[in-house]
Amino acid sequence: MSTTSVMGGIVRRKEDPALIQGKGMFVDDIKRSRELAVAFVRSPFAAATITSVDASAALELAGVHAVYTADDVRDLGLNPAQVAVGTLRPLLADGAVHHVGEAVAMVVADDRYVAQDAADLVYVEYEPGDVVIDLKEAFADTHQVHDGVSNTLLTWHGHAWWEGVVDLPDPSPGIQEAKERDDTVVVSLEMVNQRLLPTAIETRAVLADWNSGYGSVELWTSSQIPHAVAGAIGVMFGIPSNKVRVVAPEVGGGFGVKLNVYPDEALVCFASRELGRPVRWTETRREAGFSSTQGRGWIGTATITGTRDGKILGYELDAICDMGAYTQNLTVAVPLLGLFVAPGQYDIPTSYALHCVVTNTPTTDAYRGAGRPEAAYYLDRIIDTYAREIGMDPADVRKVNYWKPDQFPVNTAVGMTMDTGDYEMNLDALLDRVGYEDLKARRDAARAEGRLLGIGLSTYVEVCGFGPSALAGLGFSWAGYGLPAAFNGSGVVRVQADGTCTVTIGTGPSGQGHETTWAQIVADGLGIAMENIEVRHGDSLDSPMGTGTFGSRSIAVDGTATYEATKRVREKAATIAGHLLEAASEDIQFQDGGAHVAGSPDRSVSWAQIAESAYQPHTLPEGVEGGLESSVVFSPPNATWPFGSHMALVEVDPTTGDVDLLEYWATDDCGNVINPMIVDGQLHGGIAQGVAQALFEEAIYDDAGNLLTTSLIDYPLPAAGNLPMFSLDRTVTPTDVNALGVKGIGEAGTIGSAQTIVNAVVDALSHLGVRHIDMPLRPQRVWQAIEDGRK
Amino acid sequence: MEISVSVNGTDHRSDVEPRTLLVHYLREDLGLTGTHIGCDTGYCGACTVIVDGRTVKACTMLAVQADGQSVQTIEGVANGDELHPVQEGFWECHGLQCGFCTPGMIMSSIALLDSNDDPTEEEIRHGIEGNLCRCTGYHNIVRSVQYAGARIRGEEPQGASQEVSS
Repeated sequence: MSTTSVMGGIVRRKEDPALIQGKGMFVDDIKRSRELAVAFVRSPFAAATITSVDASAALELAGVHAVYTADDVRDLGLNPAQVAVGTLRPLLADGAVHHVGEAVAMVVADDRYVAQDAADLVYVEYEPGDVVIDLKEAFADTHQVHDGVSNTLLTWHGHAWWEGVVDLPDPSPGIQEAKERDDTVVVSLEMVNQRLLPTAIETRAVLADWNSGYGSVELWTSSQIPHAVAGAIGVMFGIPSNKVRVVAPEVGGGFGVKLNVYPDEALVCFASRELGRPVRWTETRREAGFSSTQGRGWIGTATITGTRDGKILGYELDAICDMGAYTQNLTVAVPLLGLFVAPGQYDIPTSYALHCVVTNTPTTDAYRGAGRPEAAYYLDRIIDTYAREIGMDPADVRKVNYWKPDQFPVNTAVGMTMDTGDYEMNLDALLDRVGYEDLKARRDAARAEGRLLGIGLSTYVEVCGFGPSALAGLGFSWAGYGLPAAFNGSGVVRVQADGTCTVTIGTGPSGQGHETTWAQIVADGLGIAMENIEVRHGDSLDSPMGTGTFGSRSIAVDGTATYEATKRVREKAATIAGHLLEAASEDIQFQDGGAHVAGSPDRSVSWAQIAESAYQPHTLPEGVEGGLESSVVFSPPNATWPFGSHMALVEVDPTTGDVDLLEYWATDDCGNVINPMIVDGQLHGGIAQGVAQALFEEAIYDDAGNLLTTSLIDYPLPAAGNLPMFSLDRTVTPTDVNALGVKGIGEAGTIGSAQTIVNAVVDALSHLGVRHIDMPLRPQRVWQAIEDGRK
Repeated sequence: MEISVSVNGTDHRSDVEPRTLLVHYLREDLGLTGTHIGCDTGYCGACTVIVDGRTVKACTMLAVQADGQSVQTIEGVANGDELHPVQEGFWECHGLQCGFCTPGMIMSSIALLDSNDDPTEEEIRHGIEGNLCRCTGYHNIVRSVQYAGARIRGEEPQGASQEVSS
């Protein structure tokens, strides 16, 4: 019945007119009358007991309304949206602090200037204690972050990560046997995947307005998961979730940092309830280093055992993963997401041990890719090292070990089932486009002139489109805490009485262009013009129960729900149109804003006419209910498994160690594509973040647990001059787990890129004796590696 | 302190606390919330406005320093319903995703093209180096500025459809 071709086409975004005119409404742009502002008093120590809090001077300051401490908010209990492993974070530090910047008290004042002045007047007495910052030291467990609790909260094992779900035989004995064979080589590297600050350009912001008359609260928050926030607020305050309206308006970047229910979201609700006025908190950039989650932070040893002709007989990773001081929403699940893709695109025995370890630092949680960039980094770096060791081209080694297209769906070494894939085809598409042989000749010619050019390759698989709601039963979603969504996707499609269309979805986008992409799905299905379709999201009361936007899940899950809802609306509309046109509903086609009888374009009705009939039930055929809308919840049978191949050409300056990224190519496969412009944009940004990890960014702590990189001067996001244009292409291998055949693209760029860059730099320097350099590859580090290699 | 500032062509007389930052004055006192705040150190550029013809990061300037001057913000860029070529370029070339850095990015791009309407890619990248974007990797921002440059020069610009991968 589909007659338009909006889907798959380049369509300018519906989001943009407001945003390019400064009229987009982010949380800090929404004003309520009589607002108060919050500032937090934060711990200067990474580990201390709190002996007293004296707020008297702060309370004397004109314009200060209240100062709250743990004593005031203890009755709210703990934030339920925390994975119950390890020590849970109280809303405000309760007798002790466990990382620098932990909130100890909350000041509420007339405006943010006065609030900050008052926060500086709150005197807190601390008794500092010993701290554990270094990951290996924490793993050794000689001093505990939380008294009496082992620093290692749990260890994820690849072959047996969940009893009764995945419990495969231990591959280690087989790998050990392979190591002892005469015809095998064993290569091993210890590598750091450093801590990062996600750094959405909009910091988090929260505005709460509690109305005691209605017994309800409205909360505007810069969040990827408004429904989960609503559920958690309801639990904490003992009110039903339908009395909590959480709105995520425009969200200025997410990248995982807004994928939590944060204490501050509850605290401003509390202050608003207590003071009877709207209360706002806007995170400062410096504060974001303490009050928001961070990413990555692994140190691990990767080992490959293989033959001299490229057959990998065993891959092992043993890594310590930094949780920070408290586990929040997905903290311990992030390594598990990495584990899900541990064997990558390969049919190889895989032994994986990921130790989830706490330190006296702020919490880590999902950051774009969430475990998968780390997993891809270790695997691809060690494959590259193995290829160099046996003198094979890294592309050829990969091909020897790939799953073949006719083997799908494949069951992997970590018990996952991957839907569809054709990895060699995808890699060949990249190599052909790049002109791989010529590129290698260009590198070699430059090297002969003393220039240090290097080529890096990475091929990755990611897991996304979460997902099967059964996963929630394992506790990997908020469903385990009495909160709404179990990884469902949802979409409501309603044709209004005037023939325009409203679509509401359960996602929480932060720049992904959902309003445009979803409008394309609906426009394609109904033949209603894009400009007559309005897509709404991010309101916990007005949009259908949703899980939010993260893990590259939205299109595969909520997109499919919307597609199904569209189909149902179309079927009903065909019945109505058939009745109006005195034709069989099977003969009705939709296009150009209405419906007509197949073969007789003159026999037509507009959507307004169909809708008019739908909302006047007496005009409908017998047995047809009034209204023209459908609501669908979709739970896919499996996650989706996008993949891709990335390549970079770099030049290293031998005198300064400066790395110049000359060219970057990527050929990704995310299944079917709805808006190629938006998909390319996701890749551009994703690649930039992986390049940023490889070359620039690192959250650095001193021995006392002070974050030294709290400003954008010390934590250098790449600027325009640091990046090249990206050369993109794609192959299309649709998934069979959803009707759209879409897999997801939000994180692919990040998952494929960091190791591509490091592989390239090591390629440029390998003839100088450099085998590995830990990220970020800043000039001093690269220069030092060159110097060390020469010795 | 009493100040008088022209913002987007409208004269304002205001009484501000001396420590009030220009960006807070614009956002809180005048309600012009299109100018955003992304950091504390003048580094991200989300708050970029044009003061007497020069780009200024409005979080590094006090409102009282703008006394007697003329400020242009993102709200004053379009001519009624007619978008500025730079705004059109950002829309056409998918130069924004979350849109938070966009107002500042557009202001810097306008200033760049005011001084050079045919910049090279390198000149564009240098010209917007004071503005950070976390979403786009700058690829489409560069193309947006190129598009706007062509429009300003009266040439036929290249939209997104000319480049997107197949």
